[in-house]
Amino acid sequence: MTIEVRIPTILRPYTAGEKLVSAKGATLQEVLNDLELNYPGMGERLIDESGLRRFINIYINDEDVRFLAGLQSAIGENDSITILPAVAGG
Amino acid sequence: MLFSMLEIQRSLVDAIVAHARADHPDEACGVIAGPIGSDRPERLIPMVNAVRCPTLYEFDSMDLLRLYREMDDRDEVPVVIYHSHPATQAYPSRTDITQASEPDAHYVVVSIRETGPVEGPFEFRSFRIVDGEVTEEQISILE
Repeated sequence: MTIEVRIPTILRPYTAGEKLVSAKGATLQEVLNDLELNYPGMGERLIDESGLRRFINIYINDEDVRFLAGLQSAIGENDSITILPAVAGG
Repeated sequence: MLFSMLEIQRSLVDAIVAHARADHPDEACGVIAGPIGSDRPERLIPMVNAVRCPTLYEFDSMDLLRLYREMDDRDEVPVVIYHSHPATQAYPSRTDITQASEPDAHYVVVSIRETGPVEGPFEFRSFRIVDGEVTEEQISILE
């Protein structure tokens, strides 16, 4: 299924400035794979060998995927995804 | 950018310093939102430091989502992202530099190391942080 993904400012260079893009997948992992296919380089900004990067937040509708099933979280037909880098520092 | 400056109302500076003192000894953090494209900080949104720590800050992930949704609805962007350094200078730490994720924002760091929670001198500085590179900018305080 195709869903909408909201892209944060810092990743918009990959999407030619687009704030909202479409992606396909039945799980978050599949959606991220599809994003990488269409916007090469974006994938490694989101995930590393251990999974979702520590300072990247991804939400399915209003839920932080860390409180769902992480990359295995299921994506439904009317879901939308929001990607937000953490606002953090020292 | 060739020349960069933060123009900010005195009342907003005072509010950030007050927030820093109130949250001492932990770091305080927040955002000043402003209309898209204006570069004008207008609406102060103090955030909770979810890690409650004297040397780190992080917005809670659900607060972060609400904040960005609200700014989107109001056609705003985070013009200023601020945090305090309770015990060190007002300069971005290594963590601040690696975590910075808003290339268009002014990153304000306020140090209250001299007097901590009580009134006294403070340092208030502003930076651009883009691709790991820090550029300090001038601040013009509007009375």
